[in-house]
Amino acid sequence: MLFEITSAALDPQRLIDHVRKDESGAVALFSGVVRNENLGRRVLYLEYDAYPEMAERVMREIAEEAMGRWPITDVAMQHRTGRLKIGETSLVVAVSAPHRKEAFEACHALVDRFKEVVPVWKKEVWEGGEEWIEGEAVRHE
Amino acid sequence: MKAKVRLFARLSELAGTREAEVELGEGLTAGEVYQALCGRYTALSGLKGSIRYAVNGEYAEPGHPVAGGDEVALIPPVSGGADAV
Repeated sequence: MLFEITSAALDPQRLIDHVRKDESGAVALFSGVVRNENLGRRVLYLEYDAYPEMAERVMREIAEEAMGRWPITDVAMQHRTGRLKIGETSLVVAVSAPHRKEAFEACHALVDRFKEVVPVWKKEVWEGGEEWIEGEAVRHE
Repeated sequence: MKAKVRLFARLSELAGTREAEVELGEGLTAGEVYQALCGRYTALSGLKGSIRYAVNGEYAEPGHPVAGGDEVALIPPVSGGADAV
């Protein structure tokens, strides 16, 4: 397993190589890539902030959840911080499994779960403004 | 007895800092640490409903007690990944 918050450019091949095992017939890879448009606004770039120590711990927790739920062989996740241009990769999730179905399902679920609980934030900067994008707030009683 | 507080994303911009120290006195909860910080950085006020807390890197309820030397983080709603949340 590999979990990393880094300001360096992400290398999806490194994660593929990391999770591939001799018993893995499938490696599913998700790359989150910075898009040029959101809500009708022309995005110039994104700026990512993170709580790295906690993010790496929470990534491990959600990977262990997935390992308990699907017969997968390994998981690796990386998220980049700092300023990212259009087309650059912000998130990579790689999952290996004996068969493709579990690899796809677990990879999909891990990306969804990542966006709910891993302490990483993005600021969108467009022509004439900027805003921290905030996900669903968790309500306290 | 003091706790270290870490702020991120919008909260760090509102406060103008990424780190602060809070005097715990007789003892505070994570939510009370946030309230204490609001007195110092008024721009943080009114966000109680959207903030989650972490104590020593793990999510914690607002009522979680904070001990001297703990690290409390104020966690705004997360938004990792590239596409809309």
